[in-house]
Amino acid sequence: MPLAKRIIPCLDVTEGKVVKGVKFIDLKVAGDAVELASYYDEQGADELVFLDITASSDKRRILIDLVERTGEQVFIPFTVGGGIRSINDIKEILRAGADKISLNTAAVENPTIIEEGAKKFGSQCIVTAIDAKRVYVDTSILPKDKNLIKNGNKFCWWEVYIHGGRTPTGKDAISWGEHVTSLGSGEILLTSMDCDGTKKGYDLELTKSFSERLDVPIIASGGAGNPQHIIEVFKFGKADAALAASIFHYNEYPIGVVKQECKKAGISMRL
Amino acid sequence: MTFNIAIIDYGMGNLKSIYKCLIHLDIDAIITDKIKLILDSDGIILPGVGAFRDAMKNLKRKKLIRIIRQVVEEEKPFFGICLGLQLLHTKSYEMGETEGLDIIKGKVLAFNKSLVDKVPQIGWNNVRFEELDHYLVQGIPNNSFFYFVHSFYSNPDKKDYILGTTKYGEIEFCSIICKDNLIATQFHPEKSSKYGIQMFKNFIDFCKK
Repeated sequence: MPLAKRIIPCLDVTEGKVVKGVKFIDLKVAGDAVELASYYDEQGADELVFLDITASSDKRRILIDLVERTGEQVFIPFTVGGGIRSINDIKEILRAGADKISLNTAAVENPTIIEEGAKKFGSQCIVTAIDAKRVYVDTSILPKDKNLIKNGNKFCWWEVYIHGGRTPTGKDAISWGEHVTSLGSGEILLTSMDCDGTKKGYDLELTKSFSERLDVPIIASGGAGNPQHIIEVFKFGKADAALAASIFHYNEYPIGVVKQECKKAGISMRL
Repeated sequence: MTFNIAIIDYGMGNLKSIYKCLIHLDIDAIITDKIKLILDSDGIILPGVGAFRDAMKNLKRKKLIRIIRQVVEEEKPFFGICLGLQLLHTKSYEMGETEGLDIIKGKVLAFNKSLVDKVPQIGWNNVRFEELDHYLVQGIPNNSFFYFVHSFYSNPDKKDYILGTTKYGEIEFCSIICKDNLIATQFHPEKSSKYGIQMFKNFIDFCKK
């Protein structure tokens, strides 16, 4: 079998607790991020992502503590993102025990942080998170500086958003992905803002465009509602990893079940 | 002196995750660059993430090269991980050519991009055990998945030293080395969930013998 495709649960955390109305089945401490992380490790998660949604510097200590505690109980790779703005932030989080950090807004505002981070800590621990949204354009005035795809009789491109999806940047997501890779980012965490929260499946065209153009692994995110969606994003989206939150948190589809389904569909999985 | 494992600190990569894994197993572990503590330990781990050349420079500066050769020679239990496996070789072709510790005759080669999918290899891949009754792989099913992050791979001259192999794209490479009391893995047992932990347990049991 080739390299396994990865299944990655994402935990949105604030002050060390998991947010979103998560139903913690079989867990002793409701909302405790480390306990949930450890549970996912047992269930067969290949990796974990913590997204600190408070992301303020005064709460940084609590995040560092969470990273430290996670490392004591969880023995799979984990990534930490949210509010990381400086090389010093990266150093602190890696030193606390995270394997990778993910950059989003800071990378757009100051791309040299990718380059410096990759030089200092290695490309393998610098993940760039890209939040992308479709922009449909009129066929009569096609923009020349965007990577367009044809969708029915319409054309569209993907725009990069920052500040947690609130601020459009005008940047073409595919070109941005190529740029961050050239700066040394070792992986891309690619979220479709159009699909996120819909549970109707990933943006397969977005994922496929990235996978075909870039040499680094692509983690697809946004839209997973059932195992079939995950199968599709591996088969048609050519993703290297699939990230999901609610389908795992609510235990609608336990990780083990999702992985079995993927395996049945002929996808290389660690079981 | 109580039983303890020394994790060699030479300024390369995250030693803490290995340390935490051993603490989780109730093992007294120390992260150190002190020669005396290394010599007094019951088992030694050589970790490492980063560039081969920098690693050799750091080992030299800390006067650890001779010590590592000595403990291996004395057949003290020794476990190299990731870059800690690669450093054992005669030389590496990472950024030109760099001399290694020369404990394992052989070379460290770069993945040829036309033969593999993506470089670095990041993720979980199978390890085929060449010797099923070796202490290191007890309690671990053959072809289990382990977590890899690397752009270079081991190619020992003597195939007898190969305890595990992994296939990435068209390349089949040595993912576990074994020579007397020395073992080394290209993957990260400390990040490989239950079977990685089992590997540490097996190593510790061996150190205790």
